Amino acid sequence: MHYVALKMLFGDRAKYLMLLCGLAFAVMLIVQQGSIFWGLMLWSQSGITNLNVDIWVADPNISQVEEVKPIATTAVERVRTVPGVEWAVPLFKGVYRVRLAGGDYHRISLVGLDAATLIGRPAKLQEGRIEDLRTPDAVVVDQGAVQRMGGPDVIKVGTVFEINDKRARVVAIANIQKDFQNIPSVYTTYERAVAYAPPERRMLSYVLAKAKAGEAVADVTQRIAAQTRLGAFTQEEFGWKTIVWVLKNTGIGINFGTTIVLGFLVGMAIAGQTFYLFTVENLKQYGALKAMGASTFALARMIILQAFTVGVIGYGVGVGLATLFGLLAAPSGQLPFSETWPLLGLVFVSLLGICSFSATISIIKLIKLEPAIVFRG
Amino acid sequence: MTVEDKGTTATVEPAAEERPPAVRVRGVIKSFGSGDTKTTVLKGIDLDVSLGELLLLVGESGGGKTTLLSAIAGILDVDEGQLDVLGVPLPLLSGAKKTKFRGQTMGFVYQQFNLLPALTAAENVAVPLLIHGRPRTEAVQKARAMLEKVGLADRTEFLPANLSGGQQQRVAIARALVSEPRLLICDEPTAALDGENGQKIMGILREVGRSPERAVIVVTHDSRIFHFGDRIAELTDGHIVGIHDAPKAPLHPTVLAEPAPAKPLHLEDTGESEVPS
Ligand SMILES: Nc1ncnc2c1ncn2[C@@H]1O[C@H](COP(=O)(O)OP(=O)(O)OP(=O)(O)O)[C@@H](O)[C@H]1O
Ligand SMILES: [Mg+2]
Repeated sequence: MHYVALKMLFGDRAKYLMLLCGLAFAVMLIVQQGSIFWGLMLWSQSGITNLNVDIWVADPNISQVEEVKPIATTAVERVRTVPGVEWAVPLFKGVYRVRLAGGDYHRISLVGLDAATLIGRPAKLQEGRIEDLRTPDAVVVDQGAVQRMGGPDVIKVGTVFEINDKRARVVAIANIQKDFQNIPSVYTTYERAVAYAPPERRMLSYVLAKAKAGEAVADVTQRIAAQTRLGAFTQEEFGWKTIVWVLKNTGIGINFGTTIVLGFLVGMAIAGQTFYLFTVENLKQYGALKAMGASTFALARMIILQAFTVGVIGYGVGVGLATLFGLLAAPSGQLPFSETWPLLGLVFVSLLGICSFSATISIIKLIKLEPAIVFRG
Repeated sequence: MTVEDKGTTATVEPAAEERPPAVRVRGVIKSFGSGDTKTTVLKGIDLDVSLGELLLLVGESGGGKTTLLSAIAGILDVDEGQLDVLGVPLPLLSGAKKTKFRGQTMGFVYQQFNLLPALTAAENVAVPLLIHGRPRTEAVQKARAMLEKVGLADRTEFLPANLSGGQQQRVAIARALVSEPRLLICDEPTAALDGENGQKIMGILREVGRSPERAVIVVTHDSRIFHFGDRIAELTDGHIVGIHDAPKAPLHPTVLAEPAPAKPLHLEDTGESEVPS
């Protein structure tokens, strides 16, 4: 009877394609929305992930990576003395304005790296050498700076501009994950960054640290927090902290969350409804099978097989389309898109759930079905 | 096989009366609805159908023929009365048992064929065997053999949509017969077909369907096919008002040229004519 069930499913091409389109569309909608949402969240913590270090030490009350709360410069030394710490270096972060030679001003995120190690440096360079940061007035800008500050003719290796009236010279172009706030990044050494910034009582933004080999990062992080009374977070913790802050404090959580939940509900409703209609249209065929002696149980199994078969195929097509969309849209960097396994898993489970649900409704209909309908013309 | 031959001339089987009844209906009452809208469709039906016979059930439209067939098939529960099929009292069986019993003992042919459109002719015929858990290759093989018997050896891989109405009904008959049911139930099997195809279908029902081990019940309006039956029972206003032997020869010699009669042939009364309250 499995054979008959599958033939019923695939036999009517038009009906089957309708059903498949409904399911695939629902899946695509959900996966696409979810991936954009998650991509956006990843953007929000790109200030952390772009640096890719084990441990972030900051003011204990810090709520997210872009909201810098400076700490005493001595913090670097204090972190270094914590057992299990392999190294600890300072990081400067702040938002300032760049004045181009032509007179234009641009907001930038200034990042100051430890001069000796250049820890926290961008992973990929489009042009130039990161070591040149150690030459006088040297800065590295990201591809966002090139785009937003006038294009490759204006911003290139050798370009000179001013930060707070102090000279800066571009020695390399980096390729980094776009920032959530979409502000260009400018990298330099820690000392030079402090020099660019207007003087304040405290200038150190973060201490970046690494756990010794064999030490659990989480343990070392806790030890740092306990011993220095500063806030210490693993990269992942700090990332989540930032995401939670963004969700709570920007409209993204509510606005996008609503869109996603609605998309999810609409998608699932479409999926469930389409399959239910499919069975209802086949009810007379089921009636004929029932009259021929097929048990309700056997027919229920047929319906479940149909639901899961078309569900899995619809899932595949939907995910495929969403992925294709992501592949086409994401490389331009203008659209956040991150398709993750948890999302795919959640959609898969939900889809099978909704398929089971509509199969159950159909089966109830089937149980109530009087096989006598087969005699009616 | 010559389905055009009239089977009535070869009466090698014993007369219907001497056979044990395949179906025994006594005092069956069935109503639909409740309160003001309650209508009693079957008002006390008595009927015996013997193994080896082909019984035609005729009567006015809305008279309850389909209702009675559904009751005999066990797909409709009756309110009152006795209903034995092959000695098994149907009203006493549970739903699942009834379904199983039906699958094992009965075959159905409907006015609207009710073939599964996605399945080929052979696959459609194989369905009852698949329901009984037979392996697919074996089932399809048997189905092909059955299709051969109804004259469709060259159409086994066709989809119903690519078959004529008469061919589809022949597939339906093959499907009804493939599991060798003891009782074959046909509700207006020729109503959707033209006269010539109707004759063919009845010929097949008589030649292939009728057997000493099987009872065949055919509901019809069409007097042009009366001669294919052994007996004719008339159901009017919820009662069986008469049972007669079928005519031995076609009632309308020019049958192929004529349109179907609007009204069923009215048969002479045999006494069961009291009008119920
Ligand atoms: N499920 C049902 N609910 C309510 N009334 C029904 C139901 N099934 C049949 N009836 C009624 O029972 C009566 C007999 O119907 P049935 O279908 O048995 O007639 P029939 O003799 O087969 O008619 P026809 O020759 O037109 O097929 C009709 O009045 C019909 O409206
Ligand atoms: Mg009827």
